[in-house]
Amino acid sequence: MSAVPAAGQVPDAAGHFGRFGGRFVPEALVAALDELDAAYRKAMGDEEFLAEFDALLRDYAGTPSMLYEARRLSAQVGARVLLKREDLNHTGAHKVRNVLGQALLTRRMGKRRVIAETGAGQHGVATATAAALFDLECVVYMGAVDTERQALNVARMRMLGATVIPVTAGSRTLKDAMNEAMRDWVANVEDTHYLIGTAAGPHPFPEMVRDFVRGIGVEARQQCLDLTGALPDAVAACVGGGSNALGVFHAFVPDAGVRLYGFEAGGEGVESGRHAASITGGSSGVLHGTRTYVLQNADGQTIESHSISAGLDYPGVGPEHAWLHDTGRATYLPVDDAEAMAAFELLCRTEGIIPAIESAHALAGARKIAPELAAELGREPVILVNLSGRGDKDVHTAGAYFGILDKE
Amino acid sequence: MSRIGVAFDKARADGRAVLVGCMPAGFPTVEGSIAAMTAMVEAGVDVVEVEIPYSDPVMDGPVIQKASDIALAGGVRTADALHVIEAVAATGAPVVTMTYWNPIEQYGVEAFARDLAAAGGTGLITPDLIPDEAAEWLAASEAHGLDRTFLVSPSSTDARLRMTAEHCRGFVYATAIMGVTGARAQTSEAAPVLVARLREVTDLPVGVGLGVGTGAQAATVAGYADAVIVGSALVRCVLDAPDEAAGLAALRKLSAELAEGVRNPVR
Repeated sequence: MSAVPAAGQVPDAAGHFGRFGGRFVPEALVAALDELDAAYRKAMGDEEFLAEFDALLRDYAGTPSMLYEARRLSAQVGARVLLKREDLNHTGAHKVRNVLGQALLTRRMGKRRVIAETGAGQHGVATATAAALFDLECVVYMGAVDTERQALNVARMRMLGATVIPVTAGSRTLKDAMNEAMRDWVANVEDTHYLIGTAAGPHPFPEMVRDFVRGIGVEARQQCLDLTGALPDAVAACVGGGSNALGVFHAFVPDAGVRLYGFEAGGEGVESGRHAASITGGSSGVLHGTRTYVLQNADGQTIESHSISAGLDYPGVGPEHAWLHDTGRATYLPVDDAEAMAAFELLCRTEGIIPAIESAHALAGARKIAPELAAELGREPVILVNLSGRGDKDVHTAGAYFGILDKE
Repeated sequence: MSRIGVAFDKARADGRAVLVGCMPAGFPTVEGSIAAMTAMVEAGVDVVEVEIPYSDPVMDGPVIQKASDIALAGGVRTADALHVIEAVAATGAPVVTMTYWNPIEQYGVEAFARDLAAAGGTGLITPDLIPDEAAEWLAASEAHGLDRTFLVSPSSTDARLRMTAEHCRGFVYATAIMGVTGARAQTSEAAPVLVARLREVTDLPVGVGLGVGTGAQAATVAGYADAVIVGSALVRCVLDAPDEAAGLAALRKLSAELAEGVRNPVR
């Protein structure tokens, strides 16, 4: 039996994960989505493409990322914690895997321009990086609120040659940046690829992005077997749109004994209404081209999300997570700002690793579930945590949160 | 035959195109939007397209986005939009509605079809619902005798033009350009080509929208399409006006200019 399970049977040919997913888009985009779908399927069966993708991931992005046993953290958590060090990848997060895959496809489709949406700026930086490497024109849409919050990443994108367009419509955050990128794509679809940054959006994006990042779980599964001789008891990841979580989950989905936990941004608490926990605190709806869990009011108007983590601050979630939730295969729980920041500090102090605030949600989640798991198993549980990104971009936010910045 | 069909037949007999004018419900207020649409009808708009505002309108340009934001900030709800449709239908002009899919899904597809029909609406234009995902809407519109207008685009393949037109009833909406709503200086070169391709696969009337904002442009589009659909240019009349009276006056003036345009098709 192969050590690495094959991809599952979802989605269907039209991109449906059970009742979720699909394509809720203007007709103008259908031809481009069909073209992308065909290019992606052809590429995934093409040895030359796969070899080129693997070489880029290894020589340029720095994968496979290490699996690190965090002993001092483990002692504090009450579980054997294994960190999948995606934070050490080039550009500082798992996102480089997806942009390299899509940039390769862009070149194959003969398109010369890529556009992207970004919240914290991580996906924008990753896209600008790939665009520089592949000599593509790059335009990044970013909410005007975020361009202010994340000025450093705006500068990074510009250094890499990208044009950053602040979006002043609506709530001026990630969802509005995505709207604006969609509008650009409708107008320029002939020569432009929309490089979506997470496993959401219309078919084939959720499936394609998952497949480009699923190496995280494939690597971690083998690394865990090599290190411990067994599979982990649980896999933990943060969930905004959900690409890092799907990336680490996917190879474990067939392993019934491995519990999968997705931790959503609870913001100021789900009961406060100021959060970004679409599965825990939202309902089924259609947003940005797909049917999934959405934060919305009774009339189907999107509600603004809130999180200290800009990368999780999104009122929807990838449709495969909605499906994993409905089928019960994965468990989704909220982690609020305070819990995430406590875990952020704990990792800094015990291991000398500054995580992205996004990833700190996964660490906080692991702390939450460790006692129950230990009680259930009658021994110390092994928890694999996807450390999806590094915290350089969050130093200002965290410094302000902990009150450790000198007066400016 | 639907009331929309009657309007198309009448216009065809007169050798002209139908003028469709679009306005978001609840912009600038619920009553203000009824007054605006009534003024449009009085000044020569044949069919009113009532847009139900949505928080994330990806097919709309800045003008309609802004109007939708104003309406939503004013607290307009789907039920208010149905009230607007009922009031405008009372003028005698056919009223078609347009909105993104999520507001309808949350209202309940069957309930929406029932209430739209009861309000006197003739049908629904769905900018982000393609026939591929429309099973529930196909059934509900059938049950309540509502028209279905899906969009086609210059990028649509012949197979998709045929498939989409087969699922339409009332009329087909051809988007004149690759892009979002908003008046543009030039009329589209892609639109007449798209309409000609559509004629090969359907006998339904074809409406052309996106980028049409002047009487001259309306006359050009009327030369090859059965309906000329105008949105942003009309919305701008209200958006840019210093007060309600000035807005209504500007709306009447532009509606009359557009009505003149569709009566003088450039062939």
